[in-house]
Amino acid sequence: MGGYLEVETPLRIPAPAPEAHIEAIPSDGWFLHTSPELCMKRMLAAGYGRIFQICRCWRDGERGALHLPEFTMLEWYRVAADYRSLMDECETLLRSLPRVLGQDCSVRYQGKEADLSGAWERLSVSEAFARYGGMAMEEALVKDLFDEIMVREIEPRLGIGQPTFIYDYPAERGALARRRGDNPAVAERFELYICGLELANAFSELTDAAEQRARFSLEAAYRGSMQRTVYPLPEKFLDELGDMPPSAGIAMGVDRLVMVLLDAATIDEVVAFTPEEL
Amino acid sequence: MLAIKLPVLRVKTFYLGEISGSVTTIACDKISKSNYKEGNQLMYSVADLRKGLKITLDGDPYIVIAFDFAKPGKGQALYRTKMRNMINGTILDRTYRSGETFEPASLEDRKMQYLYKEDDHYCFMDNQSYEQIHVDENSLGDAKNYLIDNLPVDVLLFKGKAIGVDVPNFVNLRVVQTDPWAKGDTSGSDSKPATVETGYVLRVPPFIEEGELITIDTRTGEYSTRVKG
Repeated sequence: MGGYLEVETPLRIPAPAPEAHIEAIPSDGWFLHTSPELCMKRMLAAGYGRIFQICRCWRDGERGALHLPEFTMLEWYRVAADYRSLMDECETLLRSLPRVLGQDCSVRYQGKEADLSGAWERLSVSEAFARYGGMAMEEALVKDLFDEIMVREIEPRLGIGQPTFIYDYPAERGALARRRGDNPAVAERFELYICGLELANAFSELTDAAEQRARFSLEAAYRGSMQRTVYPLPEKFLDELGDMPPSAGIAMGVDRLVMVLLDAATIDEVVAFTPEEL
Repeated sequence: MLAIKLPVLRVKTFYLGEISGSVTTIACDKISKSNYKEGNQLMYSVADLRKGLKITLDGDPYIVIAFDFAKPGKGQALYRTKMRNMINGTILDRTYRSGETFEPASLEDRKMQYLYKEDDHYCFMDNQSYEQIHVDENSLGDAKNYLIDNLPVDVLLFKGKAIGVDVPNFVNLRVVQTDPWAKGDTSGSDSKPATVETGYVLRVPPFIEEGELITIDTRTGEYSTRVKG
């Protein structure tokens, strides 16, 4: 996977993507970005074909064994690609890492093991619910238990033996992802898990500006109904989205990747300072 | 080359720092921000939960023994908790969403002394007010093995009802029954059973005789030393 240009985009922006469950930290009337997604897509619209960025991102209120409110993200975008080609690229990128660190081709994390050298599992979200969730994905959505089942039953069983991609999420759980042409109920989105740890999230990007505006409005309405901050719509992004060619993009948590490679139980162990230590 | 560049940088940071022990639960630092009052009652929000916090749930006091924040990609924040019922010891494993609130457990610790046993109740007296309270045997746990007249204790009360008794770490009790040490015993045993004045039976060294005073470590329930009289 060559030909990627490293880019930098502003960390402080006037309007973050209005996603239902991601909280931006205000910064003097603007916001610290929650990911570099909007600016990087504007670069695709401006004609860049393959770009990547490693940067800090901020998400308010996220703190736990796997979460820091300030963390490091690797994002890369590629035109004329879809989410399936990003799965292939992910495999290529990560396969080489244990060897670079002088390890064999397996990752051993918190008593679990995953062999990166063989075939990686590809499982639809619907199949994951059927196999591990104890109920169908549709039923979990109707009963409003999707996240609880994902966290308690499904995630701990993913990426064991080999890495797992789970793909085709309910469309409302990927506000910037393209819907599947043959099944508009799901979005072309995947997540990568290794040894139960969620490492990356990717889409075939939504490039229809009118649909993007409608889906942002839905997210904003939900945020309003939950008494959460309703962010201004990112108008310049929406204006330029029509010029963005079909593309795919992925966001990988660098701290989590380091955790898995070094068998660190918590994200605290891979940063110099946690917020509590400042 | 991307694949080489990023992990190497991060690995250096990792090794330069002091590696702390394995921490599986994380305290939340937002108590002062998210506490709020409902009527006159101070309430905890779910983000305030942390290890050791005591809350009221379904009318019973619970202590949080494990807590973690979880968030599936693009999904909502979830708070996974394990809590122990402070009355009957039951462990609850529950997952909460943001917005849930909890009433703090109103617990009170009082200095008292042990007076006497009546049926299956044990009577204690408050050192300040001389008020007497009864505690049932189940709430005492192992503390009942060490109760002798006038023993100073800490009584834990929930809504005025005693739910636990803490005894001092070391208590002196008299041995009321133990077999004599047979000289020339070749069994090689370095301890023998002994019954103390509360009825509690423990292993003691062979040289301990009936009528002697011994010190017991109440945290382990084991013999600590002989009290020279």
